[in-house]
This record gives sequence, structure tokens and C-alpha cells, in this order.
Amino acid sequence: MLEKALTGNRTYWTWIFFLLAIIGAGAACWFWQFTTGLTITGLSRDVVWGLYIAQFTFLVGVAASAVMVVLPYYLHNYKAFGKMTILGEFLAIAAVIMCMLFIFVDMGRPDRIFNVFLHPTPHSMMFWDTVALGGYLCLNILISRVSLSCERRGEAPPKWIKPIIILSIPWAVSIHTVTAFLYSGLAARPFWMTAILAPRFLASAFAAGPALLILLALIVRKLTKFDPGKEAIQKLAEIVTYAMLLNVFFVAMELFTALYSDIPEHVLHFQFLFMGLEGNHFLAPWMWLSVVLAVVALVILVNPVTRRAETTLVVGCMAVFGSLWIDKGLGMVIAGFIPSPLGKVTHYSPTAPELTISLAIYAIGILIVTGLYKIALEVRGQMKTQ
Amino acid sequence: MDGNRRDFLKLAGLTAVGAAGVSSIKATDAQASTADSHAEPSAEGVRLAMVIDLRKFSKDDALIGRCVEACHREHNVPDWADDPKNEVKWIWSEDFETAFHSQEFHFIREDLKGKPTLLLCNHCDNPPCTRVCPTQATWKRDADGIVMMDWHRCIGCRYCVVACPYGSRSFNWKDPRPAIDNITIDYPTRMRGVVEKCTFCEERLARGLQPACVEVCENDEIVFGDVNDPNSRVRQVLTERMAIRRKAGLGTQPEVYYIIDDPRTLQETAPAAVVEVSEGGDHA
Amino acid sequence: MYDAGKIIVGIVVFVVLATSPLWFNAITPENPEAPELKLPTNGSTECVEATEYMREEHMDLLNLWRDEVVRTGQRDYVSSSNGKVFDMSLSRTCMDCHSNKAEFCDACHTYLAVSPYCWDCHVEPKGAN
Repeated sequence: MLEKALTGNRTYWTWIFFLLAIIGAGAACWFWQFTTGLTITGLSRDVVWGLYIAQFTFLVGVAASAVMVVLPYYLHNYKAFGKMTILGEFLAIAAVIMCMLFIFVDMGRPDRIFNVFLHPTPHSMMFWDTVALGGYLCLNILISRVSLSCERRGEAPPKWIKPIIILSIPWAVSIHTVTAFLYSGLAARPFWMTAILAPRFLASAFAAGPALLILLALIVRKLTKFDPGKEAIQKLAEIVTYAMLLNVFFVAMELFTALYSDIPEHVLHFQFLFMGLEGNHFLAPWMWLSVVLAVVALVILVNPVTRRAETTLVVGCMAVFGSLWIDKGLGMVIAGFIPSPLGKVTHYSPTAPELTISLAIYAIGILIVTGLYKIALEVRGQMKTQ
Repeated sequence: MDGNRRDFLKLAGLTAVGAAGVSSIKATDAQASTADSHAEPSAEGVRLAMVIDLRKFSKDDALIGRCVEACHREHNVPDWADDPKNEVKWIWSEDFETAFHSQEFHFIREDLKGKPTLLLCNHCDNPPCTRVCPTQATWKRDADGIVMMDWHRCIGCRYCVVACPYGSRSFNWKDPRPAIDNITIDYPTRMRGVVEKCTFCEERLARGLQPACVEVCENDEIVFGDVNDPNSRVRQVLTERMAIRRKAGLGTQPEVYYIIDDPRTLQETAPAAVVEVSEGGDHA
Repeated sequence: MYDAGKIIVGIVVFVVLATSPLWFNAITPENPEAPELKLPTNGSTECVEATEYMREEHMDLLNLWRDEVVRTGQRDYVSSSNGKVFDMSLSRTCMDCHSNKAEFCDACHTYLAVSPYCWDCHVEPKGAN
């Protein structure tokens, strides 16, 4: 079936080569980083994790969100999602691969990556994150391959795939829980050491991921003969709405605990995020933008009229994705380091090579989604004939 | 060719993956972990600790600089003074208020105000950094309590840097060699991409020497030894003076103590004669 | 089999090429340009282990030393060939005698295109032994 990604019209190949160009630029920057060191990024002694790890954290959420179509369809026979599950699983594959790439480019010695497998360390959450993500990738590859090839042959999928699909549901929850555990067990970082971090991660994942899935499904519908169906889109939109409401509620809970208790080591990180500290306020505009986008998103999504109208739904989904990308992909990780354990404030902004590498990894993910979706659509005979 | 080519390839692929999986499991089984990285705070065995007597440092004491210099020179720690983004340090000094900033001092005794305080890895008895390392490249040694580094194994993920509540760890953002004047041949440098920190001079302890920073002190400004030994100097000092530790409430059990008694107590009679038990040697 | 002739010829060519490291040395004369090592001039005649053993296993020995010193904290090595006790240190023991890295270590390594990364960290002495 993979060969179906290697045939296409002019538009298809222009798109592919555009992505490959970005990937090439990123690869060149990464080679420079590999030989010179991570000094080419904006990271420093106090802010040791930045854009790369923040993107990893955000994308684990997107990967986990496939469960939001899988669970209703396979566990509760919600037939309307039938056409969407493969899109969700393919998105999960691309997202997990992007996660692994972001980790890889962040490592000081990527040539020693096998040490994680040669010296397994059960008391380290990073070890379990590797296991969880690797397992989730294998699960999704297996599930999507089996269901798509059976669909191609017009057969029912084999019985043994059902328990594996059911397994992927708690597994999806666990990948984002263990990623939250990376942060929420650290006595050194009071900003992250909160029990609500894992629930918050899951809520934002189940809002941002399905929002992206809606956008992708609508794009595919525009470009091909694929139609997910109005009911599927609407149900996903409802899921996004509730998940976003829950996420905003959780953030409010965090703000209350920190600000009402007025404990400096909790307050200062939020203060840095929204107002700046010691003249350093490089994240403040982003955070307020995230707030505005969240409000816009909820206004559109909670109101059934604007949620049902596809033009406004699209704006709402983009607002959800943008707001949560800022919150998780910028705010949450970087603010854990400012102020430092000694109370110091350090500036961080990603450098151009760092941004190029990150963009290239996103391009790889988009390339994977493009190729896999093309395969699925060819199998279903739903590519537009030219 | 009889049979289905595709099925053959699938079988071959699965066999290869299976064989790789079995051999890697065998490899990990054979690798007995020599690291016990989550030791309980131990009242048994040797636990090395350091007591920094702040009474004996004045606010412009050149000794601070000499301690830092001795350590950094001995261990080929790079000097990135002109490129501070890449800063690497094993031991350094901060204002007393910064060193203990969770105390939120508003009013403070005059002699402690702004007093430079030596900071280094605390070699905690319950270290959060070793708990998070995914490869056991850092671990707490059973024999003496030193939180050790294995620079051959470190993958440079910097999780330990994130987990350290004291900011004791540094990462090599680039190759450190160009930033080292006068390399000490006897001790390796590190390479770009690994995390480094103070190791309580374990290589010196193995040769029966004191840590480099302790050695430049001539008046017990820094006392070093086995805190589990009731006859050791460190233990004596800790039972006689008022000493605090950084962020002790986190439960990390740091083993670097700071005496904060008023300097005027220096004029009191010296502590009772202590049985001079060798504190620095026999730790390999 | 379709195209049996071409496939079998292809397989034979592949096997011959792929096994070439195994049979090439057997049929060619010994290379006169094999590297010559400059042995220590500090009067030392005994290495940590026998020469043949060191030739084949010195990397394994160094890995053992690395794990023993760094991870176990043991620094004494008892030689199996002469019973002497050595300090397990690349810089202090090995390089004490073989202090001319360029004419000893590098001679073979460069010839075989091997670049061990020990020297990224371990400091080579500037000796002339």
C-alpha cells in the first residue's frame, strides 16, 4: 500500500517537494548542531529545556487525541466515526514520530541514544516515556495497517485486532500521563509540581488534537472526494468544546491555588508568564494572546449556532489549537525555569537554527500525514480524478 | 518461487525483529546495575559530608576565589566568562540571601548580609537528580554517598539539571576544550553534550587526599568527612554549632552544611579534642 | 524462477563481494606498508598484559577499566600475565609508557581508519617516549 504515496498529480508533488525543502534546511541546521553542540540554540545554564522539549510535550497530546475517535467507535459502536478513525490513527503516528524527533534533536549525545535501552531505569519517568511512546507508535502502526489493508480487500478485520485497539485507549491516556509525570514529580520545580498537571495535559490534548483532526478532515474533504460526514465533525466539535472548557477550568484552578496562597515560588512563575519579572517579559504577549484565543474559541464553540456553521467552526478550532499550542508549547515548559532554583531570571528565545530544526520536524510530521492520508484515500478510491 | 513472497518477507522481518529483541533483553539482563540510585538516607556506612563555616569567611575573602580556582583547575572545568550562555561551574559563590533565598530574608544579621557563600553539589542523601536519570549515568554511591557522574554514559538529556533544586549541575553546550587554559593532564576533560558537576573529588579521595577546595583552606573553613562516624570532625562540628542546609524542607537530605553562628563565637574555646580518625582516605 | 540465470549470477557476485574481507587477506601478499609502532623508550618492557592479548583486546580491557573505575570505584588491576597490580588509568598507566600517542596509538588507528573518542575527554600527554 505504501506505493500509493508515491503517485500523485502536480499539486501533490509540489507540496511534497516544498516540505522536503524545509526538511533539508532543518537537516543542515541539525548537522551543524550535532557537530557544534546545543550552544547554537537559545538555551543556557538556567533554561536547559526550551522549544524542542516544549514541542515534544505539546505533540504527545496531539498523539494521544486519536483515542477521542477510537474510543467512541470501537468501545461504544458510534458508527459516525467510522471514516475518521484511520485519520486519527495516522495523525497519531505522525505526532509520535515528531515527538521522538524533538527528543532526539534535544539530546546532548544523540549518538548514545541506545543507552536508554541498554540500561533500563524503572525509577526514571523518562524511561517509561520512551517505552510508552514506542509502544504507542507500534500499536498505531499495527492497528492502522491491519484495518486499512482489510478495508482494501473488502474484508472484516481479524478478531485479534480488537483487543489491541481497546489496549490503545488506556495506552493513549498513559502516554500523556507519563509525560506529565516527567514534570509533576520534581521537588525542584514548584511550578510543575502539581497533581492537576496530568489532568490538564489530557484535557488540552483532547481539545487540541480533535480540533486539528477536524481541520485536517475538512482540508481533505476540500481536496478529495472524502467526506467524514456532518455528524462526525459535529460530534468531534462537541468533544473539543467540553475538553477546552475543562482545560480552561483546570488552568483557573492552578491560578487560584498559586495566587490565593501567595507563596512566592508559585506566584513568581505565573507573574513572569503574564507580566514579566525583572524586565523580562518575552512570554507575556504570547500568554495574553493564548487567553484571547481561548476566549474566542469558547465563545464560538459553546454557542451551537457558531459551532455548527463550518466557517466559524474552523475559526474556533484554529483558536483552540493556537491557544493550547502557546500554553503548552511555549508557556508551560519555559516558565518552569524562570525564576531558576536560585531565584534568577534568564532570558530565553529560540535562535534561527533552533526554529529551522523545529519547523523541519513539523514538516516531517506533515509529510507523514500527507503520505499516509494519500494511501488511505487511494485505498478508498476517494482521490479526485484529474 | 513457491508460496507467497509477501508472506515470506513478513516472516523474515518478524524473525529479525524477534532476534534483535531477544538479544537486547539478554544484553540488559547481563548488565548488572552497579548503581543504587535511590538509597534511603542511611545511618549505616560512610556518608561523606561537608561543613562550610561561614563565620570564617569575610565578605571579601580571597579564599572563596581560591577554592573555586583549585577545583576548576584540578578538574579542567572550562571558563566561559566571555560567553556566559555556556557557563559551566562546579563550585561558585552567591550572596547569602541568594543561596538561601527560600528563607525570604527581609532583615538579617549584619555579618551575613551579602556574605559570599560557597555553593556546590550537595551530594544529597535522597537525591532527586539520580532518581530521574534514564540511564543511571548519575547515581548515588553506596560506599560513601557521593552522587557520581559517568561521562561515558550520559546522553545529555539534562533531566538531572532540571531535577536539581540547587542549580548545581552544568551542561556542556559546546566542546569545553577551547575554554580551558592549562589543562591538568591527570584528569579528563568532558566532551560537548554531557552534564557535569562536583564529584567530591572522588579521584583524590581514592588517593588519600582531601577534596581540592578543602585543601586550600588552612583554618577549617571547610570541614569534610564521614558524618556517620560519631568521632569525625564533621560530626563534632555539627553537634556543636548551628548549621543549616539549602532547601532542607524538600527532603533531599543535602550533605553540605553551613554554619551560621555569629562570628563572635569563634573566640569561644575550641571544641574538645577529637580523636583524629582519617576522614579523607579509604573511600575507593 | 523467472530470470533464474540473471538472479543466480547476481547472488554469486554479491556473495563474493560481501565476503571479500574474509578471503582477500588470504590471497594477497602481506602489506609492506603495515604501520610500525614506536615502542616505549622509558625502559619499560612489560605491559599490563601480554602483547598479543593487548593487540586484540585492549579496547575490551579499557572498557573494563572504565566501568571498574567510574562505576565501581575500584582502581587496582591485577595483571593475569604477570600478577602485578596496575592503576586502572588510561592517562596515568598506559600513557606513562606509551606517551607518544602519534607514533604508537595513532599509527595503527589511522591506518585502519579507527577513531576512538577517548581523546575527546582523556588528555594525551605530550611525551616523547
